[in-house]
Amino acid sequence: MEGQLAHIGAGLAGLGTGLAALGVGNVAANFLSGALRNPSAAASQTATLFIGIAFAEALGIFSFLVALLLMFAV
Amino acid sequence: MATETAHGAEMADHGAGQAEQASGLVFHPMDQFIVKPLFGHGDVGMFTITNVTLWLGLAILAIFALMVLGTSRRAIVPSRSQSVAELAYGFIYKMIEDVTGKDGLRYFPYIMTLFMFIVTANFLGLVPMSFTTTSHFAVTIVLALAVFLTVTILGFVKNGPSFLSLFWVSSAPLALRPILAIIEIISYFVRPVSHSIRLAGNVMAGHAVLKVFAGFAAVAAVSPLTIVAITAIYGLEVLVAFIQAYVFTILTCVYLKDALHPHH
Repeated sequence: MEGQLAHIGAGLAGLGTGLAALGVGNVAANFLSGALRNPSAAASQTATLFIGIAFAEALGIFSFLVALLLMFAV
Repeated sequence: MATETAHGAEMADHGAGQAEQASGLVFHPMDQFIVKPLFGHGDVGMFTITNVTLWLGLAILAIFALMVLGTSRRAIVPSRSQSVAELAYGFIYKMIEDVTGKDGLRYFPYIMTLFMFIVTANFLGLVPMSFTTTSHFAVTIVLALAVFLTVTILGFVKNGPSFLSLFWVSSAPLALRPILAIIEIISYFVRPVSHSIRLAGNVMAGHAVLKVFAGFAAVAAVSPLTIVAITAIYGLEVLVAFIQAYVFTILTCVYLKDALHPHH
């Protein structure tokens, strides 16, 4: 029973990864709308874009980690 | 650590057995990550030569072939391998200069090594039937902890106790600063975790998705569609392999910048 509950919890933790996708999409969408307004400044900001994506993704990765822990460690 | 991975492999084995009974899959998507000894079928100990050892070694050999043998002729008109090596060198050099500033260039060899190792290991993992070393947390956490310790020690060596001003946001209102300090300290110590799991998680998830679709390919009705999907996902994985190496490297540069210039 407890193992099954852990699997349900792992599935719920998977929701967090989907929500992180919203965050990453938000970063990319805003970058693109800014880049289309001022294309000449866009190339110099790609590094910032990737740093932003990486930070937005980090919290989604934590929920993935929770899912992994629930699947294999609990 | 070695015994832990062996334990993980056992669990994956167990999971594979269950999946076989439940869904009729001939293989489990996580089977590809099992660490097994290269010779014989014994236990995985601390010094056992496993498939991880083999593919880590191959990654080193590939980097050596590209960077040392490729550039050994020093031609004015570069050959293909020499121009790839020069591109990689220039790419990382510019990245450090942009993110960290001129004084970060002293640490160029370390960051170049990190980037070349991760990108080569990721690409070698995309060779069919190969083993992806960067999909294991044990590998990436060593890389991330090395970066974390290097950057922390470097910060204290370069700045002395004033390195701690990294946590004291002087641009914020005074009442907020203690709360911000706690948040900053937590986020500082979480760095090696997110740094390593981002790489391993992305690579592992991508390879698992490929194998899940490979399982669908056995069903005749959907196999043409599945093969197209596998091709598309493989293309995406090639992109991810590069981008994750890039992200790992650029975050190392950001952390290095924090160590060299802790004042906000």
